[in-house]
Amino acid sequence: MSFLDMDERLIALLEQVELNRSPLTDIKHCGPCDIGLIEGGVCNAENVHVLREFRANCKTLIAVGACAINGGVPAMRNYFDLQECLQEVYLTGTGITNPQIPNDNELPLLLDKVYPISEVVRVDYYLPGCPPSADAFLQILEPLLSSQEPELLKKHLHYD
Amino acid sequence: MAQNNHSQPATRRIAIDPVTRVEGHGKITLLLDANNHIQEARFHIVEFRGFEKFIQGRPYWEVPFIVQRLCGICPVSHQLAGAKAVDQLAGVKQLTPTATKLRRLLHFGQILQSHALHFFHLSSPDFLFGFGSDPVQRNIAGVLKKYPEIALKGVKLRKYGQQIIQAITGKRIHGTGTVPGGMNKALSITERDALLADITEVLQWSQQALALNEQIHTTHLEHRNFATLQTNFLSMVGDKGELEFYHGGLRARHADGADIFDQLDYCAYQQVLREEVRPWSYMKFPYLHRLGKEQGWYRVGPLARVNNCDSISTPLAEAARKHFRVFAQGKFVHDTLAYHWARMIELLHCTESINELLQDPEIIGTELMAEKGDQLQQGIGVIEAPRGTLFHDYQINEEGLVTKANLIVSTTSNNQAMNESVRSVANQYLDGHEITEALLNHLEVAVRAYDPCLSCATHALGKMPLQVTLQGIDGNMVDQLTKGTDGEIHC
Ligand code: SF4
Repeated sequence: MSFLDMDERLIALLEQVELNRSPLTDIKHCGPCDIGLIEGGVCNAENVHVLREFRANCKTLIAVGACAINGGVPAMRNYFDLQECLQEVYLTGTGITNPQIPNDNELPLLLDKVYPISEVVRVDYYLPGCPPSADAFLQILEPLLSSQEPELLKKHLHYD
Repeated sequence: MAQNNHSQPATRRIAIDPVTRVEGHGKITLLLDANNHIQEARFHIVEFRGFEKFIQGRPYWEVPFIVQRLCGICPVSHQLAGAKAVDQLAGVKQLTPTATKLRRLLHFGQILQSHALHFFHLSSPDFLFGFGSDPVQRNIAGVLKKYPEIALKGVKLRKYGQQIIQAITGKRIHGTGTVPGGMNKALSITERDALLADITEVLQWSQQALALNEQIHTTHLEHRNFATLQTNFLSMVGDKGELEFYHGGLRARHADGADIFDQLDYCAYQQVLREEVRPWSYMKFPYLHRLGKEQGWYRVGPLARVNNCDSISTPLAEAARKHFRVFAQGKFVHDTLAYHWARMIELLHCTESINELLQDPEIIGTELMAEKGDQLQQGIGVIEAPRGTLFHDYQINEEGLVTKANLIVSTTSNNQAMNESVRSVANQYLDGHEITEALLNHLEVAVRAYDPCLSCATHALGKMPLQVTLQGIDGNMVDQLTKGTDGEIHC
């Protein structure tokens, strides 16, 4: 959503690019694209599948934000056993009726740990920050749109 | 879309996966029989994070900053609910007037940007182009092209909210600001004046946003019974029963407006709320314990708040609320799509309140920290987040490390309602029809009325889009319905 912090500059950007699969459009599967922006770590089998689909379709893949780059806050669960986390939330937590661990076929298989995306696919660029600022997005996107090598200015390079 | 082989059992499963223009990963599955009659419709949350576990062992003052990373749309809500809990843990009963006002201003800025985003960026394409319109243009880029006036105001409304957040927390998303017992930075005169400079325009845009939504809802008769349910409502209210987002008592009412409880101290939430686990979703199903699982589910968020409150403290929003009441002849409005209308009444209230706070000399005060008392072992913070009542509950040990955490996130409270609404739309619009993309989007329109944000519902972090799945009556997946990049449906 930090992407939207470009505010009015988004309008100019949208004139140059066409959004494919994103939280803003109704496209459910990624098709051939020039640039793929991935945020969030890899937590379940479905994430792996979607990520591979992006890699296969995007010429340039960018890991956006702490979660995609190194797992971020969700990877705090890596200090615990997955089963313990599920038990806490669905069995022993506060005020629970019908305690049980959800296990329906519709739910994708959880991975034992949360992984950075680079453990699953090749990544071309890393855009750090939690989240990266709108300026940082533009710094990396604008050169790429004119086929130049992007470089992040020091002032846009932050990790918080 | 492939049809069934004749030899197969005569039912199909349809999945919308992911459900889009929402934040977080959701999925809708439909079970149809041979004549395309709906046997079952479910809305699933498929992400699991385990926040309640992995926060254990962390120092309590870290909580607001870790927990706000549950959500990319309303991080400030989590920071504030966490902060209120942390104040209690630090033994602080009362913040300084300036700290309270800064937190309120922050919260209004947050609700303003989230409501603008919810309607303009995510939901307006459905209303401006039609529920079953071409998916290629049915998004904010399409609105910017076709209705630049409307879209641009939406973008600027969100921007203004974000600027308030930035002025107070240092960043637009995931800044700091709250500390146990107060705030870490005063608002400078320059920052205040910069915000005040735009307020008149922002007020105008807010009024226009409200007028647009009121007009959409009152002129489309078919919207009245789209996904509409008769439900209980839960919200926080101020001590005079007024609309209140930051601090107050809990009020729950039956569908007919009769009280279930009122001015309940939210620290006693455990006495009135339970959460049911169902095997097919990572999101739990909360209900009012006294009424039981079947009768006790309720709705939260703008519709609940505007229905439940007796007044709104700012004049323009209060006038709008009265209109809203007249529309339903003094009864509760149950129309699910009226969520958007109520949302814009609140958006206007936020803008008016921001104006009041910015004019208040205390807002630039520098007394930011209250005296700390004895550390307590449990802290409970509750606020009205943009999408509804948000509960944070933490226990700590003597060393100040978290030993237990419980969150009931706004969207979770709407879980049953979202499922019922999806079922209602499936029965009304899809039953007996050949399923098309246009029809499937109707299901998503229902979900979007409540929430564009599913990630925090499972305490997920980061963003993933909503997914619909057809399934054989034997449970085998027969048909996977997906939308390609061209917006066409593929199997
Ligand atoms: S903003 Fe931070 S927590 Fe959210 S997805 Fe990005 S890196 Fe992760």
